[in-house]
Amino acid sequence: MEQGNNRDIILSCRHISKAFGGTQALDDVQFDIARGEVHALLGENGAGKSTLMKIIIGLFKADKGSITFDGEPYLAKDPADAIRKGISMIHQELNPEYHLTIAENIFLKREDVRGKVFLDKKSTNLKAQQILDELGVKLNAKRMIEGLTLAQCQMIEIIKAVSFDAKLIIMDEPTSSLDSEETEALFNMIRRLKSQGVSIVYISHRMDEIFQICDRVTVLRDGRYVGSEEIGNVDREKLISMMVGRTVKNIFPKTECAIGETVLKVENLTGKGFSDISFEVRAGEIVGISGLVGSGRSETMRALIGLDPLTSGKVYLSGKEVRIRSVRHALRLGICMVNEDRKNFGLVLHRSIRENISLPNLRERHRKGLINKRREVRETAEAAQTLTVKAASLELDAYSLSGGNQQKVVLAKWLMSKPKVLILDEPTRGVDVGAKSEIHSLMGRFASEGMAIVMISSELPEIMGISDRILIYREGRLNGEVMRQDILSGKENQETVLAREF
Amino acid sequence: MINADRPSRKLLRVDQTGLALFMRRYGIGIVMLGMIVLLSVISPTFRKPSNVISILLQISINGILALGMVFVITAGGIDLSIGSMLALTSVIVGVVLNSTGNIALACILAISATTLFGLINGLLIAKFQMFPFVVTLATQLVIRGVAYIISGGYSQSLANADFKNIGNGKVFSTIPIPVVILFVIALLAYVLMHWTLFGRYTYAVGGNINSAIASGVNVFWTRVFSFVIMGFCAGVAGVIMTSRISAAQPNIGVGYETDAIAACVIGGTSFAGGIATIPGTVIGIVIIGLIYNGMNLVGINSYMQTITKGLLIIGAVMLDMFINKRK
Repeated sequence: MEQGNNRDIILSCRHISKAFGGTQALDDVQFDIARGEVHALLGENGAGKSTLMKIIIGLFKADKGSITFDGEPYLAKDPADAIRKGISMIHQELNPEYHLTIAENIFLKREDVRGKVFLDKKSTNLKAQQILDELGVKLNAKRMIEGLTLAQCQMIEIIKAVSFDAKLIIMDEPTSSLDSEETEALFNMIRRLKSQGVSIVYISHRMDEIFQICDRVTVLRDGRYVGSEEIGNVDREKLISMMVGRTVKNIFPKTECAIGETVLKVENLTGKGFSDISFEVRAGEIVGISGLVGSGRSETMRALIGLDPLTSGKVYLSGKEVRIRSVRHALRLGICMVNEDRKNFGLVLHRSIRENISLPNLRERHRKGLINKRREVRETAEAAQTLTVKAASLELDAYSLSGGNQQKVVLAKWLMSKPKVLILDEPTRGVDVGAKSEIHSLMGRFASEGMAIVMISSELPEIMGISDRILIYREGRLNGEVMRQDILSGKENQETVLAREF
Repeated sequence: MINADRPSRKLLRVDQTGLALFMRRYGIGIVMLGMIVLLSVISPTFRKPSNVISILLQISINGILALGMVFVITAGGIDLSIGSMLALTSVIVGVVLNSTGNIALACILAISATTLFGLINGLLIAKFQMFPFVVTLATQLVIRGVAYIISGGYSQSLANADFKNIGNGKVFSTIPIPVVILFVIALLAYVLMHWTLFGRYTYAVGGNINSAIASGVNVFWTRVFSFVIMGFCAGVAGVIMTSRISAAQPNIGVGYETDAIAACVIGGTSFAGGIATIPGTVIGIVIIGLIYNGMNLVGINSYMQTITKGLLIIGAVMLDMFINKRK
């Protein structure tokens, strides 16, 4: 498998497997990194990249497999242990101590002390300044973190790793919120580290960057190892085909149904994380929205239904312009959204299934503020039955249900409100296979009843199997549209769709 | 597959969910019954009807406060200002009654004042996303200060016999009027919490505010209204208290929030919000009454009573966590 036979391997993962409940997140994966190499890790959403990294830094325990690091068997108990052993990870979301100085942040919990009690600020500052200077970062070590840019905070994080004598630094989407100048500074830092023999795992969706900075690339797909290549031996198309594979099966049968009038139309929607989004959805139509996590898909929908603010843009419902002020307003207009984060935005976990289903629907069903319990019990039971929620009683906490059943409860609650437009964000995430296909056929049924459906999904086969039309997001903008006929005719496939996302 | 029946029918099938559900609903009731049985055995005085009436009278003020507090806590808040609200009610009643002699006017003005402060608490918390603990800690001082200013710092004795009747009179010469008021408020609270939209929204807001927003619940007014209810209840409790001591005093009510919160917590109200029942709260109120009454009868001094109350709150929270496996 390894072409470079005289490479000095620093980290070697062998036969790593990890399952979460029923889903196999990693299946017999291997991963090798040489000393002083920048190694890209590539794969679609959910390919297993973060799971693998979390195993390496000790956040998860692998079910199977072994890791050798720097010639020794390696097993990190937790991230702190990994850092001690020489592996640090720079997370996408940084959490520095904002009210401490740069030096204090770098040497947190290992400050120099005098007489075992008193902090020796002078020597800590001196040491921190030394590393800063060494790596060419023009910052004063005595400065507070508060007020630094994200890029600077990231640098501090990297410097912290270096101060631990890290031999391997994992960077998760390090450039996702950097501008081009900051990215260049980061690349300079990476080159400097590389020349000092530090290895880097570089996780990114940005192909250009991978070709620019990385030496080798490893591709994962559906939790499996696809292959590793010298960066010089591959091109964009090759990498995309490695990520997708060639197994397109129509495993999500779609109910064909008549498509009616335009129900929802949006023009030039702009907000945090997305800009200039225009599309329309017709009655009976399922519009799929594809794109990488963080490409602005969910952000657009959240703003559309009034959960987040919208900077500009117009929304038309059945031809009439509407200004949606709040979720309540959207609901009254007949637009609702199944949030991807069902624990935080979908359910009140410690209330009963009945109360969860009826929560958004009581407004139309009360008399002078009083709830008709009997009617509520009957109607929520009907909704739960339609969605085949499996529960001993509707009086049980939503908490007690499995992921798939929780999702069905969320769907039941919105279905009961009989919306004109139903927006689904990752409706089948964390749902077992059986419940998944049930949810798909239900979506088909709602569409055939004239509902306009928008579905966001990270799973290409799912979105390609069920959508009449697919909108593709790339870095906050729409980057193309794919019609169902083109998929059926073979003109478009997973590769062509994915290529537009990168 | 779907069973819309009430779960109680399934209780005979002792699976874990059934048992947990049973304990959650009735666990604290069993504790109360245990206390009643125990006290009846130990103390003959406890069983006398006159003692039962006296317990009910003793718990009426705290009961009314707790029935307001349960809405605040369930919506995810807390109100520390109710002790000062009692004092404010007292001095307003005193001033109005001594100058006009109009009981209705005195009560209405006093209760309106506390309700208004409840509204202010709620607006500060819901509008500016301030912590309920901090806001009510502060307004507690403000309200107390207002009470001192209105009264000029002095107590006034209230001679009006009809007003005294509110706290000391009896219906059909048996049931004290405060007990009747407590009963009515408990009934209203039950309807409000368990039968209305507002109650349902209160559960949702306290249980998961994000889900509540995403479900189109008017989170703002739900939170505000919970404090308004608290203010109203504090006003009612204040009128009864003033009548019972027959004096308007700006320094009364200190520490009353403790017993009200304790009653809620003992009654199964989750401090994290979203979980509470009115019957549970009523049981919590009774249990606190039983601690005072029972220990008096057995001859345990009041210092020990305080300690017991404190330990019981900790015990109730631990029981709640154990039953619900929740943090």
